[in-house]
Amino acid sequence: MISIRLTLALWIAAIIMLADCSNQRRESIPVLHWYVFDEPSGAFSMAAGRCSEDSQQAYKIELVPLPADTDQQREQLVRRLAAGDTAIDIIGMDVIWTAEFAQAGWVLPWTGKAAEQAKAGRLDAPLQSTVYQNQLWAAPFTTNIQLLWYRTDRVSTPPATWEEMIRLAESLGETGTIQAQGERYEGLTVFFTSLLASIGGSVLDVSGKQISLAQQPTLQTLSMMARFANSSAADRALATAREDQARLAFESGNSSFMVNYTFVWPSVQKNAPEIAKHIGWARWPSMMEGQPSRFTLGGINLGVSAYTPHPQLAFHAAACLAAARHQRIAAELGGLPPTIAALYDEPEIRKTFPFADLLRSSLHDAAQRPQTPLYNDVSMAISRTLHPMRDIEPQKDSVRLRDAIMRALNSEGLL
Amino acid sequence: MNQKKRNEWRLGWLLCAPAVTALLVVTAYPILYAVWLSFFRYDLRFPDQRAFIGLDNYVSILTSEVWWHALGNTLMLTIGSVAIELLLGFLLALIMHHTLFWRRAVRAATLIPYAMITVVAALAWKFAFDPTTGFINALLGLDQAWLTERWSAVLVIILTEIWKTTPFMALLLLAGLTLVPYDLIQAARVDGANAWQRFIKIIVPIMKPVILVAVLFRTLDAFRIFDTVFIQTRGAQDTETVSMLGYNTLIVSLNLGLGSAVSVLIFIGVLLISFLFVKGFGTPLTKRGNTDT
Repeated sequence: MISIRLTLALWIAAIIMLADCSNQRRESIPVLHWYVFDEPSGAFSMAAGRCSEDSQQAYKIELVPLPADTDQQREQLVRRLAAGDTAIDIIGMDVIWTAEFAQAGWVLPWTGKAAEQAKAGRLDAPLQSTVYQNQLWAAPFTTNIQLLWYRTDRVSTPPATWEEMIRLAESLGETGTIQAQGERYEGLTVFFTSLLASIGGSVLDVSGKQISLAQQPTLQTLSMMARFANSSAADRALATAREDQARLAFESGNSSFMVNYTFVWPSVQKNAPEIAKHIGWARWPSMMEGQPSRFTLGGINLGVSAYTPHPQLAFHAAACLAAARHQRIAAELGGLPPTIAALYDEPEIRKTFPFADLLRSSLHDAAQRPQTPLYNDVSMAISRTLHPMRDIEPQKDSVRLRDAIMRALNSEGLL
Repeated sequence: MNQKKRNEWRLGWLLCAPAVTALLVVTAYPILYAVWLSFFRYDLRFPDQRAFIGLDNYVSILTSEVWWHALGNTLMLTIGSVAIELLLGFLLALIMHHTLFWRRAVRAATLIPYAMITVVAALAWKFAFDPTTGFINALLGLDQAWLTERWSAVLVIILTEIWKTTPFMALLLLAGLTLVPYDLIQAARVDGANAWQRFIKIIVPIMKPVILVAVLFRTLDAFRIFDTVFIQTRGAQDTETVSMLGYNTLIVSLNLGLGSAVSVLIFIGVLLISFLFVKGFGTPLTKRGNTDT
């Protein structure tokens, strides 16, 4: 009996010691957790692996995938950050979170050499999205902007304005449908702010604290949304369409136009090679003839959590992840446009993005979404007020919109 | 004797004490804390702007169209699902009660939906009604995107709720059915009462307290509906419920003050429902048995 107990005790002691040892061995290389959306091509995990190798045992980057949907990514992150979770080191931040995360003190500002690295050679618009109150809060990693995709076999010259496109689509009948994003989510806010920016308006003023929404541009934007949603050119399921539904519908061949991000290009080549032969691209349609559109910028920046136990290593790792060679991988494998200007001249990138020049010029004029810590509330106020697009009444809804955004800015209203 | 009783009483409380303390810690404290928080402007994104603002949060909620809309939706879902569940539940209970063979198998089969996790059930129904992956459109020969419009989305949510929780209702009602003395039914039969009369005049009155409990439980549950709506529409198409509102304010916007106020209002709603039920039905829940017998 005693011997059994003794062996048991010895076993337990041995296991504890072994566990301890392996723990210590693991701890000898700090693990940095990179929370970022689940990128399907594997470009992000490849970058994480390479940076870990290059660090020569200084750190190991572990990828923690977040949902594909921005709203859900944010939900999971802010819950942890508000509780001061030390398990997050590097954050793949959507461009719209900069002000909120910086204001709440959830991310560390970039300074000195790391900041220089993060800014080096970046396009202006993506760089602007990482700045809040004259401070750099993240390294621009990938960017994103919508283009107009159209069928070259049905349309000879791409329409320059929305009005022109809707008319053209209506004249095409059954197959004239325009695919866009009209569900009640961030995409609807993007649609609204892009139309508004294209006609010279903006949701908030430059300070980001006061509402702008000049009357004329707002009314014109709302009328255009209502006009589009009620036209025969809109898809029947516009009220539930997101980027991916629009892509799928376009790939089925029954639509002639689509406003969407660049990820549709590799996808249509793979899923619908017949249609890919007849696909053309142009700048996102504008609101007025002769005044080029300004689409709102998307993309991911890399920030360092304020609660990380290894801030220095995390800055180093984030700068490595956002470096040119990893942007190249993300572009080639994942179809994510880079933020480094020079990459748009490289032959490989131009092969991946035959529309590289169009992309660069669109990015050059890109509009920023409202830079406010209350962005999430403002965005919800916009998408809730304007959904569904078919029911928009410009006069009435411009007042409701103002009201809802005011409440959001005072963080007093329910959203 | 008296001394002994007092001792027993004391022992009883002593034995209960750990459980009561635990309950107070895990329920009373959070509730009181939520009430306390609801008097503050407190947004986790702006922790330094925390300030006592009295009832401002409540004023802001009660003057917002969003709240009344969500409350309307919640009541619609609640009444819609509970009413049908009561009918179907009764039917199921009667079937379970009168089954002569395979009694256990029938009861077990009835309970399967209730044993399923709500999120799984909600997803299953969502897929079933999906225009591309679902079988409902094929079955009915329709081409309808069910979750894209308000009324059809509400219908799907209610159907899911009914499918999921009718067994619970049936189980409680079955317990009530077993309370009905068989002699009484036989006597009524001898007096010439038909099946419907026996049901309405004898079974239902005897079962009244049980029905009250079953409907009350289900109403309280349905009033706090969250998972089904969250999975199926995420509150879009104007199907947002009060619980989703609380979630959005607390978890998405991190607005602890306003969110707590929403939670407190939901709590008050629950209390109000219980009060109305107990008063409205006029059936004493505890003093059963010594009225007629």
